[in-house]
Amino acid sequence: MIPLSWYLILSALLFCIGVFGVLARRNAVGILMGIELMLNAVNLNLVAFWRYLTPGMIGGQVFTLIVFAVAASEAAVGLALIISIYRRRSTVVADEINLMKW
Amino acid sequence: MTVLQIVFLVTGLVTLLAGVMVVASPKLVHAALWLIVSLAGVAVLFVLLNANFLAVVQVVVYIGAIAILVIFAVMLTRRVMADSGPTHNPTWWLALLSALVLFGGLLALITQLPAFGATEAALPAADSLTDLGTSLVDVNRYLLPFEVASVLLLAALIGAMAVARPASEDEEGGA
Repeated sequence: MIPLSWYLILSALLFCIGVFGVLARRNAVGILMGIELMLNAVNLNLVAFWRYLTPGMIGGQVFTLIVFAVAASEAAVGLALIISIYRRRSTVVADEINLMKW
Repeated sequence: MTVLQIVFLVTGLVTLLAGVMVVASPKLVHAALWLIVSLAGVAVLFVLLNANFLAVVQVVVYIGAIAILVIFAVMLTRRVMADSGPTHNPTWWLALLSALVLFGGLLALITQLPAFGATEAALPAADSLTDLGTSLVDVNRYLLPFEVASVLLLAALIGAMAVARPASEDEEGGA
């Protein structure tokens, strides 16, 4: 049998990979990919806790479904923002999107 | 070592390696394709966790919609990122350091959990998919989050269309 700790360590690793992607990528689309990895790690954690601790309560799966919906909307709006910025300023590099930066 | 453990280890390794390629690959299209591999690995892990419906949703929503959307965005914003110039910040080692520190902190936290070494609890006899379906439309359970999610998706749909539209109307021939 697979212990719960394996899932927790795996999702912690996946989350940290996503954090690295968000912090290190210059391209805004690359940053969004890192966010998707982080959301996936969170989903894996939620489902693992549901399966190992409270399989009788469906709340864990409902929580995961809500995270799916939020991730889908986040990706749609985020990519629309990136395309809009690209159309106006011809760049998707996060450093160069500095209109409202000090 | 049982078969399930071997399947878990192989899937987890593939997921993590694909995740590393997502954040490290110099070409963004390759990173998007690696993202699909990583998402598929998570779908397999959902199956291992007896969350079959979530595995299907993972394939349909993440691989079918989000990953394709990311690939479209990469292709639509291609001119400047023509595979030239650095793909990572000059301070990427700082990002690596923070990720490692975060992993250390997370590891210290999760090893303290009382449930850290828990083994799988017995699944209830009732079908969990039926339970999931009825709980989403039950006023006393999860109807409100379900409705909020639907409104959120509608708002995201309209917002994405409004944001991604060309700036002035005559750019699109007065559309």
